[in-house]
Amino acid sequence: MSTSTQDLNKLVSREYKEGFVTDIEADTLPPGLSEDVVRAISAKKAEPEFMLDWRLAAYRNWLTMQDPKWAHVHYPPIDFQAISYFSAPKTDGPKSLDEVDPKLLETYEKLGIPLQEQKALAGVAVDAVFDSVSVKTTFRETLADAGVIFCSISDALQQHPDLVRQYLGSVVPPGDNYYAALNSAVFSDGSFVYIPKGVRCPMELSTYFRINAMNTGQFERTLIIADEDSYVSYLEGCTAPMRDENQLHAAVVELVAMENAEIKYSTVQNWYPGDEQGRGGIYNFVTKRGACRGPSSKISWTQVETGSAITWKYPSVLLEGDRSVGEFYSVALTRHMQQADTGTKMIHIGKDTRSTIISKGISAGHGQNVYRGLVKVLKSAHNARNYSQCDSLLLGDRCGAHTFPYMEIKNPAAQVEHEATTSKISEDQLFYCMQRGLSEENAISMIVNGFCKDVFKKLPMEFAVEAQKLLDVSLEGAVG
Amino acid sequence: MLSIRNLHASVAGKPILRGINLEVKKGEVHAIMGPNGSGKSTLANVLAGRESYEVTQGEVFYRNSNLFALSTEERACEGIFLAFQYPVEIPGVSNIYLLKAAVNARRKHQGMSEMSAVDFLKMVREKIKLVEMKEEFLHRAVNEGFSGGEKKRNEILQMAVIEPTLAVLDETDSGLDIDALKIVANGVNSLRNEDRAFIVITHYQRLLDYIVPDFVHVLAEGKVVKSGGKELALELEKQGYKWIEKEPAAELRV
Ligand SMILES: Nc1ncnc2c1ncn2[C@@H]1O[C@H](COP(=O)(O)OP(=O)(O)OP(=O)(O)O)[C@@H](O)[C@H]1O
Ligand SMILES: [Mg+2]
Repeated sequence: MSTSTQDLNKLVSREYKEGFVTDIEADTLPPGLSEDVVRAISAKKAEPEFMLDWRLAAYRNWLTMQDPKWAHVHYPPIDFQAISYFSAPKTDGPKSLDEVDPKLLETYEKLGIPLQEQKALAGVAVDAVFDSVSVKTTFRETLADAGVIFCSISDALQQHPDLVRQYLGSVVPPGDNYYAALNSAVFSDGSFVYIPKGVRCPMELSTYFRINAMNTGQFERTLIIADEDSYVSYLEGCTAPMRDENQLHAAVVELVAMENAEIKYSTVQNWYPGDEQGRGGIYNFVTKRGACRGPSSKISWTQVETGSAITWKYPSVLLEGDRSVGEFYSVALTRHMQQADTGTKMIHIGKDTRSTIISKGISAGHGQNVYRGLVKVLKSAHNARNYSQCDSLLLGDRCGAHTFPYMEIKNPAAQVEHEATTSKISEDQLFYCMQRGLSEENAISMIVNGFCKDVFKKLPMEFAVEAQKLLDVSLEGAVG
Repeated sequence: MLSIRNLHASVAGKPILRGINLEVKKGEVHAIMGPNGSGKSTLANVLAGRESYEVTQGEVFYRNSNLFALSTEERACEGIFLAFQYPVEIPGVSNIYLLKAAVNARRKHQGMSEMSAVDFLKMVREKIKLVEMKEEFLHRAVNEGFSGGEKKRNEILQMAVIEPTLAVLDETDSGLDIDALKIVANGVNSLRNEDRAFIVITHYQRLLDYIVPDFVHVLAEGKVVKSGGKELALELEKQGYKWIEKEPAAELRV
């Protein structure tokens, strides 16, 4: 093994900086899952009747389902009775900032997400979700002036129950898959967004998810509806404390874009990845799907995935409307013992629909990175077009990259293109950069960032910088 | 400035350099010629600190201190520049980004603050004129899709921006048309001054018509077998290397 490989290994073993625990009193349900637990969650949130019925139906359905086995990931069976399904800091209904526990404000401040509007990143509204509840949504009033609804899904169930009822489960049905069914039964909080007709959302919206409590699962639910001719850009970020146990995060995100509407959904995922030996870390089992319901609508998913012990997610687009457009841009980094099985599904249903997939996988240490993607063109999708490009970069020689592109083409007029590459950072490239004065660390970081450029340039400006930094720290370490 | 004493080096366990001696002083230009495989690029790489090249014997002093005590990037920051025989492509990293990183790495090393974006751009725009490259090259990925000649010119651009103390040019003239050759030579000549030194590796006397060397050395089988003034290059052009290889290895002290 060359020294350069050794340095690489050191390089990818940095500390997780968001791994602290907030010491706060919590209202937590004891571990275990049953109909009573589902009822208890619904009761805590004083939900309308229909919601409880919906949850119970999902729960009963879940009992009949099996944990999916097809993904290229390995983990011991999850004991669903050992998990607590609800944990909320004991400061209920804090809506004005003065009522939010200072410890929570401090937590978010430490994570670089100030919840005071005057300190916030200009032009970004934040919904802060702590374990099972939303603790604060900033700029609600400013947004309300534009007619935009941005609140926690719990609040939405109180204030806009008809909207929730109309769209919840319309993109990801409760029985869609094992973890979606579980989420439908026990989801606790998440964000709700509604952009009315003809409105261009005046700010970036973002949700910051934080897992804090021990032995607790986080099951958040996000629903975004962009009505005709509207536009919204939304970003989610996530972190968790360092613990030796694995914690489950099983989210569902649904997007609905009506005629001529556009939703840009970006994720910077930095859940605790576990340590070098593979102890601890978040199981990130997520169902994300958008429906381009109206003609000429557009949904684009951009994700930068650097955290989690296991990631299992396929942000997808149902291209129902004619001329609708689906995009998926992804950077997934796995190091240590991390495993990622991620990709997308583009389902072409309407005529002249287009989709683009750009996936960049980076593996280091013993990391395993899988791209799994489906491009499906139904008979109705005349003139559908897809372009997919999947590139893998290997750092060191003990990691792995795998690409599984699936295609189902039922319309002969479809044009589907797929390109895939696997490469390593060459010694030549490193030497070249170092000869120009860069340290090995900076050289690797620069080359990796270059590799990810096509994806980073799709992120909103402020977050592209964040994502780049995140990638830098993820690759950071004490070199020689 | 540079003093190479009895330098031996191996690549993949194979001895390539077998006792090189060479003295380079401030302000000098040394040309190194020699048959394919004689070790010219190896010497350049060893000076620049490439990891896979193992120094097995000998010493090199750069500005009176032990060169081998410095890491690759420290050597670069201390002013050693290598224009590569085969410049590598770095997808997604723009030329200007690399240039900026290089300039700032060196400034940091010297305890200076980073150059402002405005000053940097102004400086690069001046330098790019020198090598007659279009500005769009600054925003293209490093060497990606560049023609052979463009890659070589890009090396000279980097050299001009970085302003090294000791520049080693490894066959920068190979693959250049006559106009590009003049441009490259012009780039080098404009940097030539009493504080800077150049080692120019080439196979062709014609480059030396434009970059006139103070000394010419011939490398064969990992040793300097002959040294002389610029006339030596002309002689080599006429006679090839055969006549030298028969002579006993020359001991060199300039
Ligand atoms: N990685 C390597 N493994 C084995 N042999 C090597 C390696 N790198 C270089 N060599 C050998 O070292 C010798 C010297 O190579 P070098 O590149 O220094 O020659 P050169 O004088 O620059 O030749 P040219 O004029 O063709 O550029 C050659 O025989 C080459 O095959
Ligand atoms: Mg050579």
